[in-house]
Amino acid sequence: MNHETESMNQGRRDFLGAAAGVSAAAVAPGMFLHTPVANAAARTEPVTDMHRWGLLVDTSKCADGCTACVDACDTENGLNLQSKPLGDDKLKWQNQRSTWIRKVKLQDNLTGNVTNLPLMCQHCEHPPCVDVCPTGASFKRADGIVMVDRHTCIGCRYCMMACPYKARSFIHEQVDQKLTRAPRGKGCVESCTFCVHRLDSGDISTACADACSAEGHQALVFGDLKDPTGPLRQALAKAPSRQIRQDLGLNTGVRYTGL
Amino acid sequence: MKRIVYREWLVQPQRYWGLLAILAALVAVGGLSALYMEHEGHWVTGMTNSVVWGTPHVFAVFLIIAASGALNVASIGTVFDKKAYKPLARLSGLLAVALLIGGLLVLVLDLGRPDRLLVAMTTYNFSSIFAWNIFLYSGFAAIVIGYLWTMAERKGNHLQKPVGTFAFLWRLALTTGTGSIFGFLVGREAYDAAILAPMFVVMSFAYGLAVYMLVLFYTFDADGRPIGPAMLKRLRNLLGLFVAAILYFTLVYHLTKLYGAKHSDIEAFILINGGLYSAMFWVGWILIGGLLPLGIIYHPELNQQRDWITTACALVIVGGFAAMYVIIVGSQAYPQEMFPGHNVIQFGAPGDVGGRIAPYSPSLPEILLGIGGVGIALLITAVGVRVLQFLPESLADRDVDPHASARPAA
Amino acid sequence: MATVMMKGVLLASLVATFGMGVVAQAEEVGDYVLPSSKAASLENCVEPTEYMRRNHFELIRHQRDQTVYGGIRGSDHGISGCVSCHVGYDDKGAPVEIDGKGQFCQSCHEYAAVELNCFDCHATVPTGEAWNHEVAAAHAHLPGAAKTGPTSAER
Repeated sequence: MNHETESMNQGRRDFLGAAAGVSAAAVAPGMFLHTPVANAAARTEPVTDMHRWGLLVDTSKCADGCTACVDACDTENGLNLQSKPLGDDKLKWQNQRSTWIRKVKLQDNLTGNVTNLPLMCQHCEHPPCVDVCPTGASFKRADGIVMVDRHTCIGCRYCMMACPYKARSFIHEQVDQKLTRAPRGKGCVESCTFCVHRLDSGDISTACADACSAEGHQALVFGDLKDPTGPLRQALAKAPSRQIRQDLGLNTGVRYTGL
Repeated sequence: MKRIVYREWLVQPQRYWGLLAILAALVAVGGLSALYMEHEGHWVTGMTNSVVWGTPHVFAVFLIIAASGALNVASIGTVFDKKAYKPLARLSGLLAVALLIGGLLVLVLDLGRPDRLLVAMTTYNFSSIFAWNIFLYSGFAAIVIGYLWTMAERKGNHLQKPVGTFAFLWRLALTTGTGSIFGFLVGREAYDAAILAPMFVVMSFAYGLAVYMLVLFYTFDADGRPIGPAMLKRLRNLLGLFVAAILYFTLVYHLTKLYGAKHSDIEAFILINGGLYSAMFWVGWILIGGLLPLGIIYHPELNQQRDWITTACALVIVGGFAAMYVIIVGSQAYPQEMFPGHNVIQFGAPGDVGGRIAPYSPSLPEILLGIGGVGIALLITAVGVRVLQFLPESLADRDVDPHASARPAA
Repeated sequence: MATVMMKGVLLASLVATFGMGVVAQAEEVGDYVLPSSKAASLENCVEPTEYMRRNHFELIRHQRDQTVYGGIRGSDHGISGCVSCHVGYDDKGAPVEIDGKGQFCQSCHEYAAVELNCFDCHATVPTGEAWNHEVAAAHAHLPGAAKTGPTSAER
């Protein structure tokens, strides 16, 4: 009986190995989209600080009225499965539903110049949300992704008070439909994870950046801030960029050009 | 000096049980509201992703700082050796514990996952002031209970001074900690000010004393115990001092904010064009909670009358709730400044809020939950004074202060 | 559909073969594996059955921290694996929520009177799980990527 178990697990392992090989081979030619890294497969070792994931937003390419990134994020993380609880006020619900990424439109007070940009969790190096969390549920992963451990979040919302970017949402209602890759439930706080389930499967991409490219805007470049030859660092080197609330010195993982 | 005699509260049974029934009803309704919020989720409240802390937090923070303030009366007796305050000490300790429990319950029952309280008690992040406060609060309750023991048990009497002093220092840390929850939020314009911590300490002095005086007056009236005019004058003047100090700190807080040019917008919001919040600030915080009580307390005739002093205490409490509302809700309603020099035309979906004032209207369950917290604090107090000897038999001047007869009464 | 039915038949014949003794024991410890689930066709779970009965939560909890903090998602011990293998299917071949009445997780937890709250947040049927190597490869729009059809687990 044990022997049979062994062989079954062996079979499973073989399958995983083969799949990993396929995906590694498959990913390699896709360099223009996805940076190949040493372990382009489901990881078996914990993440390290060898990488720090980041995003560059070119606001000059971010189109007015386009919500491709927002829609893609909603689909990717099951946020499109949210529905207004019966009896809730329509406008209030818009302010209560989870929003991981939002399109922001700004006008310069002096020049009248209009700028569009997506705003999400900025994945700070020194995240205020992590400092204030009483249980440590709000944490920064070794590779720089700021996340919420929903198993220890008690829903106190102190992180939402602390976040300078209004990036976090509290789940105000019972969640009936959720995706396997993005578990979420009532009473916890959540925010953008840089599509961490993709990264952990060896795919260096986010739904928002992919959607932006698919629309032909190419306003979002996702990648490794620690890889000097990677697409993100190369894009960052080309144009001056800044952080939102740069004065706070949080060293965000999301940078903006043309702001 | 006469020995102080403490007696259980001897109010008539009908009145006592009636009072308990009312308080128990408040607690029950508060509990049901919490269950409802917990079952449905927070969408049934007025709280949103913009105003993340609402009415429950107004009640909870008020009760918690009032708790530490209520202990002040005991501290004045023990730590600063004011003999006249000694008979007041036991009730002070009881109220402190009761108010703290009420406040904490409201805070805990408003969590998104109150069922995970055990997680909060076993997993700590020591860079969080919230985590420290968990220790500060539970430690406060333990220390005050020990303090009460030193007062009640003759064998513990010699420990009264060290334990009392420790409790006093602890309560200062506790209120500073509570103020610091708000004081170090860099992302919010209104909060980013260390002065919030000392301001909370002063507020706690006033609100705690006001609650203490109301409870003292009520319990003493109910079973006909005397309070001497000199004692009344002492408490009244102390309240006046604390209320004046709040006004002073409020002034300094807003002046420092106004001095830094980058905060002028939030100041204009709170002080002038914030609608409800400006009204709450001027009418609630400043007028009802500050100037009116001061007027009563320092009015040569009104301040001789118990009813007017009671009114002044009630006004301080109402003003305290208004102040908490402005500090907690008003400061969140004001948009976070992310893009200086820019006007935010659009921020996500139409109802999503950024760059403009966030709407917030408290819902019934939130308010009932808060009132339930007040109910539980008073319920604990009512049971405490009834079954144990917390109340001195008399606060008549000759019983409290041996030299009172030698001095003209106030 | 056909395979589901086959599994059912297999299990039925299995029960018939081993007779009452097996059934009695199953009742004693509570055998709640559903005939329509993938698990029914397997000899045992990712670890020996007896071990899983007693210690599955230790494994899940350990894996949970590995996944949340370490980003290790491919392991046998994750909850998505439990769901995809143990979820039952109705007559039409649609998965049934695993925390529903009479389903695998729920019925045993009810028997043992242990609270089951994984599914406050986790998906109760395999949905949108499919961010795995196959999909990642297909996602890269590459020629020659092994684009296998979605398995039942990935629906």
